[in-house]
Amino acid sequence: MKRCFRIDERDNVATMLTDASQEVVEVVGAADYPTVEVRGQAPLAHKVALREIPAGGRVIKFGVAIGVATKDILPGEWVHLHNCRSQVDERSSKFEDGIESGSEANYA
Amino acid sequence: MPESNLGFLRQDGRKGIRNYVLVIYTVECASHVAMEIARSEPDTHVIGFPGCYDNAYAIRLMLALARHPNAGAVLAVGLGCEYTQPAMIAEAVRNSGRPAEWFYIQESGGTTASIAKGKAAVQAMRKAISASVPRVPVTLADLTIGSECGGSDGTSGLAGNPVTGRFFDFLVDAGGTAIFEETVEMIGLRETMINRAATPEAAIQLSHAYDKAVRYCQSVKQYSISPGNFAGGLTTIEEKSMGAFSKSGSRPIQGVIRVSERPPRPGLWLLDSVPDDHFMQFGYTNPNDSEGVLDLISAGAQIVIFVTGRGSVIGSPVAPLVKLTGNSRTFERMRDDMDFDAGRVLTGEISLDGAAAELRDLIVRIAAGAQTRPEQLGHREFFIPYKHQDTPGLEAGCHA
Repeated sequence: MKRCFRIDERDNVATMLTDASQEVVEVVGAADYPTVEVRGQAPLAHKVALREIPAGGRVIKFGVAIGVATKDILPGEWVHLHNCRSQVDERSSKFEDGIESGSEANYA
Repeated sequence: MPESNLGFLRQDGRKGIRNYVLVIYTVECASHVAMEIARSEPDTHVIGFPGCYDNAYAIRLMLALARHPNAGAVLAVGLGCEYTQPAMIAEAVRNSGRPAEWFYIQESGGTTASIAKGKAAVQAMRKAISASVPRVPVTLADLTIGSECGGSDGTSGLAGNPVTGRFFDFLVDAGGTAIFEETVEMIGLRETMINRAATPEAAIQLSHAYDKAVRYCQSVKQYSISPGNFAGGLTTIEEKSMGAFSKSGSRPIQGVIRVSERPPRPGLWLLDSVPDDHFMQFGYTNPNDSEGVLDLISAGAQIVIFVTGRGSVIGSPVAPLVKLTGNSRTFERMRDDMDFDAGRVLTGEISLDGAAAELRDLIVRIAAGAQTRPEQLGHREFFIPYKHQDTPGLEAGCHA
């Protein structure tokens, strides 16, 4: 079975150790979840949700919030730029010129 | 370490693991002559500053490298009309107990005559230091090791940096010195960093370094995350920050040093390489990996560990660079360039502690003279820019 790696017991995402597509993968590391079913595609070294993360909820990796969900994320879903944003930097997640944002970044 | 592992004792008590002749050019106009002098000369490395006008930061950096424990002798080569004075570099090196020579190309008959003159000087000094420098045993307690990461991907934070961090724990526990850097890659981690401070003074230094890094990021409206990082699975600066911060290991942080400053005592230290905002504007912090590596070497690191996910081919002058990747695919794809595959912790082939112990053994072999991959391939990239940093420690005269 393919594997993903969960760093900390508080994490709600795990990191893919291979590419996976619509299949059940083993969770290793700090693994309270024995398996997770990957929905759609999840490439090597990218994150999958281990449980539901509602829009506005914190994406937790290394035991700390590494971003905020911008839409509801289902268990097994790929977590990346399309559904997660930085808490401290409006611009980097889009890699655009930031002109449209118009507000100061929030340094938590 | 085995008894046969003999280093090179310098007058300031530090021990080199290499005994290089450095050719230092003092303006871009002298760089070709310097490179040609060093070409085909064994144990001879080139560094230099391209600027014609004064920059105290760059001069401090070159003086720190010229008196680095791995440097045995120096030839300083100038064109003749630049601000940086090769004679003053040579004098500082001689005062440190090392042989040094200098000349101006304008006064030495131009390119061909200068190359011949420089080669003769390098050969004579190399012969002198191979006979005269005392050889002494080197242990982990004598080593200062830097760590830097570049071309990060999702495995850097999972395996590459954690294995390096665990090795740093071993090094600090053995009485050695460990230095990590890249404060602009620690955005979002203020409390996490301060909680690791060894002393109240260290906590103040860490909070100042962090706050300056945030001001820098606000000022330039840019954070250190790139399309390559996104492609590799990193989504936000906080995620990359945690991955980068994990290369510091878990021991208390003794304090913050600046570029060209030596840690005043062993233990774990943070190197702040961000320019100061006291005048005009920030300018740029490390514009590429090679500058970050050289900054760690300027603080006295005899070896630097470079952690990469997507792969890197750089090396460094003055101190060997060890290439470590947490991505076993990268290790296979760029086998000639990679020294260590930390990706094995992700397959369960080896534990984090087991990998860190292997890394320690590799560092010991390199300290004993084994060549790293970049050394074998002849990579010696470096970058010394114009920059401004306050260095109260250096002004107080307590660092070299």
